[in-house]
Amino acid sequence: MTIILNGEPREIAARALDAALAELGYGGAHVATAVNGDFVPRGARAGVELNDGDRLEVLAPLQGG
Amino acid sequence: MVNFYGTEVASRLLLGTALYPSPAVMAEAVSASGAGIVTVSLRRESAEGRSGQAFWEMIRGLGAQVLPNTAGCHTVREAVTTAQMAREVFGTDWIKLEVIGEDDTLQPDLFGLIEAARILVAEGFKVFPYTTEDLVAAGRLVDAGCEVLMPWGAPIGSGQGLVNPYGLRAMRSHFPDVTLVVDAGIGVPSHAARAMEMGYDAVLLNTAVAKAGDPAAMARAFALAVEAGRVAFEADPMEPRDMAAPSTPVMGKAFLG
Repeated sequence: MTIILNGEPREIAARALDAALAELGYGGAHVATAVNGDFVPRGARAGVELNDGDRLEVLAPLQGG
Repeated sequence: MVNFYGTEVASRLLLGTALYPSPAVMAEAVSASGAGIVTVSLRRESAEGRSGQAFWEMIRGLGAQVLPNTAGCHTVREAVTTAQMAREVFGTDWIKLEVIGEDDTLQPDLFGLIEAARILVAEGFKVFPYTTEDLVAAGRLVDAGCEVLMPWGAPIGSGQGLVNPYGLRAMRSHFPDVTLVVDAGIGVPSHAARAMEMGYDAVLLNTAVAKAGDPAAMARAFALAVEAGRVAFEADPMEPRDMAAPSTPVMGKAFLG
């Protein structure tokens, strides 16, 4: 299925969010996730199923003012 | 010491971590500023680059408390989701809440700001709202549970200083028990000193240090100005007057005419 990862379309096989992150190369990364604009806490990722066309945001610390 | 939601912080200067020529210069500037709190943000992370991981390791090495922001958010929903994500990534319930309403001035959307503050306070966040000097909005933010207010001095990154000193003084008078921070628009150390002389508890700045020719030296200059301004406030400055008043005693002056 195709999801939108940080604004870019990506093909993935995994359904569960935690598995999708690993498949996308984020294994072990210190990131926060949101699906379709809703925050998904780290501990809830295994229980969230992605669907075709879902928007996944993966964010990490950056400089800020 | 200045109190932010029960946490006592020694330095009254809060420093941003963006726009420096290099991470090493940023670290030097933070060190020279003596800031106990630094602002940070969240951005999209690529699986290949993982630049955020390296930045996070560096920030943790600075030993300062982090204040994540919701910079760039234009809606309540964006700001709330960003705050929730920041809480998990940075491990703090502090959030510098920005809901931008106007792109030329980066003026806060006060209506959205108040709504987002209510939601986040109910979720246990300690909200540091980036606001204007509007007293009505400030009252609503306090009612929403904000114990810190951060009015702008001037638009973000403009370096214009305190463009509405009357409004900032009025805000200080109206909210004597709220921790008030002038955030944004400060260009040079004298601007920071002026805010502190008015009785503001702290100042938050970024561009003025990051874009200086020598950021570490400018950070030191700001630290001195903030301290000078605070000591001056505590020393109870004289009232200005319209007419001259001789400082040298007139009594006993020789008649030499």
